[in-house]
Amino acid sequence: MSSLSRDDVAKLAALARIEMSEEELTNLASQFGMILDAVARVQEVNLDGVVATSHPQPIVNVFRADVVLPSLTSEQALSGAPAQEEDRFRVPQILGEAE
Amino acid sequence: MIKQSAAEMAQALAKGEVTSTSLTQAHLDRIADVDPSVKAFLHVDAEGALAQAKNIDAKRSAGEKLHPLAGIPLALKDVLAQEGVPTTAGSKILQGWKPPYDSTVVTKLKAAGLVILGKTNMDEFAMGSSTENSAYGPTFNPWDLTRTPGGSSGGSAAAVSSFEAPLAIGSDTGGSIRQPAALTGIVGVRPTYGAVSRYGLIAYSSSLDQAGPIGRTVLDTAMLHDVIAGYDPKDATSVNGAFPDVIAAARSSDVKGMKIGVIKQLQGEGYQNGVQARFDESLQVLASLGAQIVEVDCPSFEFALAAYYLIAPSECSSNLARFDAMRYGLRVGDSDGASAESVMNATRNAGFGHEVKRRIILGTYALSSGYYDAYYGSAQKIRTLIIQDYAKAFAQADVLVSPTAPTTAFKIGEKSNDPIAMYLGDVATIPVNLAGICGMSLPAGLADEDQLPVGFQIMAPAMQDHRLYQVGSALEGALVDKWGGHLISKVPALGGAK
Amino acid sequence: MAISYDDVVAKYDPVFGLEVHVELNTESKMFCSCSTIFGGEPNTQTCPVCLALPGALPVVNAAAIESTIKIGLALNCQIAPRSRFARKNYFYPDMPKNFQISQYDEPICFDGYVDVEIDTDEGAKTFRIEVERVHMEEDTGKSLHVGGATGRIHGADYSLLDYNRAGIPLVEIVTKIVPGTGKYAPEVARAYVAELRDILRGLGVSDVKMEQGSLRCDANVSLKPMGSDVLGTRSETKNVNSLRSVERAIRGEMIRHAELLDAGKKVKQETRHFQEDTGLTRSGRSKEQAEDYRYFPEPDLVPVVPDAAWIEELRAALPERPSIRRKRLQEEWQVLDKEMSAMVNADLLDIVEATVLLGSDPTKARSWWLGEISRVANEQNVSVRELSITPKDVAAIVALVNSGELTDKLARAVVEGVIAGEGTPAEVVTKRGIKVVNDDGALMAAIEKVCGEQAETAEKVRSGHLPAAGALIGAVMKETKGQADAARVRELLLGHLGQATS
Repeated sequence: MSSLSRDDVAKLAALARIEMSEEELTNLASQFGMILDAVARVQEVNLDGVVATSHPQPIVNVFRADVVLPSLTSEQALSGAPAQEEDRFRVPQILGEAE
Repeated sequence: MIKQSAAEMAQALAKGEVTSTSLTQAHLDRIADVDPSVKAFLHVDAEGALAQAKNIDAKRSAGEKLHPLAGIPLALKDVLAQEGVPTTAGSKILQGWKPPYDSTVVTKLKAAGLVILGKTNMDEFAMGSSTENSAYGPTFNPWDLTRTPGGSSGGSAAAVSSFEAPLAIGSDTGGSIRQPAALTGIVGVRPTYGAVSRYGLIAYSSSLDQAGPIGRTVLDTAMLHDVIAGYDPKDATSVNGAFPDVIAAARSSDVKGMKIGVIKQLQGEGYQNGVQARFDESLQVLASLGAQIVEVDCPSFEFALAAYYLIAPSECSSNLARFDAMRYGLRVGDSDGASAESVMNATRNAGFGHEVKRRIILGTYALSSGYYDAYYGSAQKIRTLIIQDYAKAFAQADVLVSPTAPTTAFKIGEKSNDPIAMYLGDVATIPVNLAGICGMSLPAGLADEDQLPVGFQIMAPAMQDHRLYQVGSALEGALVDKWGGHLISKVPALGGAK
Repeated sequence: MAISYDDVVAKYDPVFGLEVHVELNTESKMFCSCSTIFGGEPNTQTCPVCLALPGALPVVNAAAIESTIKIGLALNCQIAPRSRFARKNYFYPDMPKNFQISQYDEPICFDGYVDVEIDTDEGAKTFRIEVERVHMEEDTGKSLHVGGATGRIHGADYSLLDYNRAGIPLVEIVTKIVPGTGKYAPEVARAYVAELRDILRGLGVSDVKMEQGSLRCDANVSLKPMGSDVLGTRSETKNVNSLRSVERAIRGEMIRHAELLDAGKKVKQETRHFQEDTGLTRSGRSKEQAEDYRYFPEPDLVPVVPDAAWIEELRAALPERPSIRRKRLQEEWQVLDKEMSAMVNADLLDIVEATVLLGSDPTKARSWWLGEISRVANEQNVSVRELSITPKDVAAIVALVNSGELTDKLARAVVEGVIAGEGTPAEVVTKRGIKVVNDDGALMAAIEKVCGEQAETAEKVRSGHLPAAGALIGAVMKETKGQADAARVRELLLGHLGQATS
């Protein structure tokens, strides 16, 4: 049976930027084994030569013309902002560096 | 008046027998009366609804040509953006958020003159099959208030089955329209992928999501389907081609000579006796109407559930990354010394429920380097096999059928601690989403053991949605004759008024 | 213990790679119809899509596809018959979706090359830089860090975000690793970026202004011991904002790596930031714990399958390759290699060519742009392009000198006037009353006047002491407000004082 340890789940939670409680981490780790077993069934099939499907419809080449259309006003854009200053979104200090 | 079908209401409006304002008010009264027990609605927009109703009445009086559904009330699943109206997707992380824009579905509904009564409850971010995962409490099944109405469009299904609205919009990623429709004894359709614009539909699993119509009759559902389907340049996955006439098909009810394919893998073991019984009877009804019943074999369907529970969480882990407390929605932990990172982490923990977190973690895992091929990559290949199985099956039959769900409505709390048991409820509906085709659930009767509604599922190839309505209306017609009325007329009375 | 560059290249063999990001000059953003105009009020060029509001969906900009294919063709790439977008997942406040729509294992262009020529000890040498891929992606928003000392992110109290730039189309051009350049690595790298810039400018797909960020370069460098096949650990340097910085950054990193390796230490695989003022790099984020981007095909977008016939149309319409154009112009204008390099390095080739196309002869055009006008630009601390003088103006001035209406000296005054914004050359000439005094009669009058005022000096010249004529010519020039042709004055003066005029 597959399983994930509490630490494995904690690493995933960090990647997903969710700070879970100890209790939740442990619970999730214990449920994960079962879930992984269930989904690991996809490996039981012989998939040699099968091409993956990302889109159910065989649509290609969907584009839009390079034309400018009206944007939201800054009031509309900022309407949901938890904090704003000088027409910009205000966020707490950013520790990490940009890509 | 509220017990009528939308088609009947439309006729009454057209004839001037009733105004949209009084019709809307009647439904608002009904909501006030029964929703404290049903809890279908997260937000009732009485002011907006009455304003729209008044507007339509004025246009009608002025002799303007209106859409047949103009002035009819409708319930909108809270997964669709409606400008200026609270839109939460059933989550705390969007509590109080009012979109500055309308989804394309809402734009189309407004253009047709439909009156949006409010936003309905749902499993958080459409993840769930019972509406118990809503951050705002569950919705209750009008047939038995101790049971779930199914999910994730439980609120929309409950609203229609409790006569709070004649029509509703839901969304269906793994069965979330069809299964609640089955569990509440009404009609729900998951249109072909790409037939209904996803612009403004809060994304759960992008390659599987579709908004769709819910109604008490096949014709009502067809009329609503017709309003919302269509090409949208704002959705790059939107189909740009000829759309079938679903309303004409709903009126045709002719199945003579049609081949109905029963999917071997989607019936029998694991299906409640009463469910199987009603399904088998419906097959006999269709046969008696001149259809030919054949059996088809779709071996890859055995792996559909596993593939779905890899693809959907993977896509959702990425789609839900935008909820980070920076631009909209909940923000917690913003105190002295907090960083953007700590606020993100704390907010996402506080704002997402258990099921959402579970799927995000599962999806993050499935996409991680080293695991991609084994999990997500393999799941997308299973998808190809499912599409191939459907293609082979549709070469043998015009439509395919199965029971919509393995069981009738289950008790609130019965499956909440057993995620696998919950996921198993989607086994019959999921293949449709993986293949991107269309599916309908309509009432097949009540199960003997619990007198709860059973749903009959019809599936058709992509962009052949009219076949659903053709076969559905034929079956419905015969069953309504047999029962002396639609199944929903048997729902227990709720509330005090009327 | 600082080691010299020569020491470094004696012991070690450098290998580098370059990632260049280009901002396309489309009207609208990559995935939505917001304007791309620079400098708008904050958050006035956003929409549900580029703000990543719940429910929003991307739609690809057709012009961006065309520009990217053109870039790929100009870089001798294969154009993928089928390519897809992918999500690159990571969290950062300037990236609204917390994933970037980019391309991963199916880029739109791949396997190309660029040839660059540089001067070596053995003469001109050509190096081929192989291009691994050219793909499309989107830019992030911009953050203002408030409260810290230098406006930089470290030590800031909070940040303010403007998403006007979020979603601007970017093309990323990635080279394969470039070995075999030895001590010329910095120059080759610089020449590659310069050639890329010229190619992109010629295609008209970007305004490629490194100082403004529409062309950005990240440089990867590693050293291996001379003769070894084992690649060293590489470092990535960002914030390389000019051609000169490309060269300095590579050179600086080569030295830094060598110092570490000489001392028996290891080079850390990390991201570093180039510092303009010192020419050195500063340590940034460690790349050892590289984030797992969990790439997967973008489900909201469908594959790109460009029509083969259309690709051939684009290929046929490609402008002349910059290196070929340079050779052609060099031959046409009969210019020496050194003079050609001077024009190319100063990035004035286009301007000089434009001036020539308007009628000026190449030598004069070159001399004005690289001479007087460049001098003024340096004085004012701006680039030549930012001055208000155009090729049309210079061509007009050259024509006026050719027709004798201006002397070179007077022409300089006209140039000054045009740069100062006084108008076109003709307008400046009129406004300032600049006129060559051609009239011999007027000149003689001035000469006679001066000879009368400086009789002693005139007598010296009359008796054969020619150098003394200089003072008299100067006085005549003053008398004519500098508008006389000095050579003619000399001729007439000497003649007047009985001397041979040649």
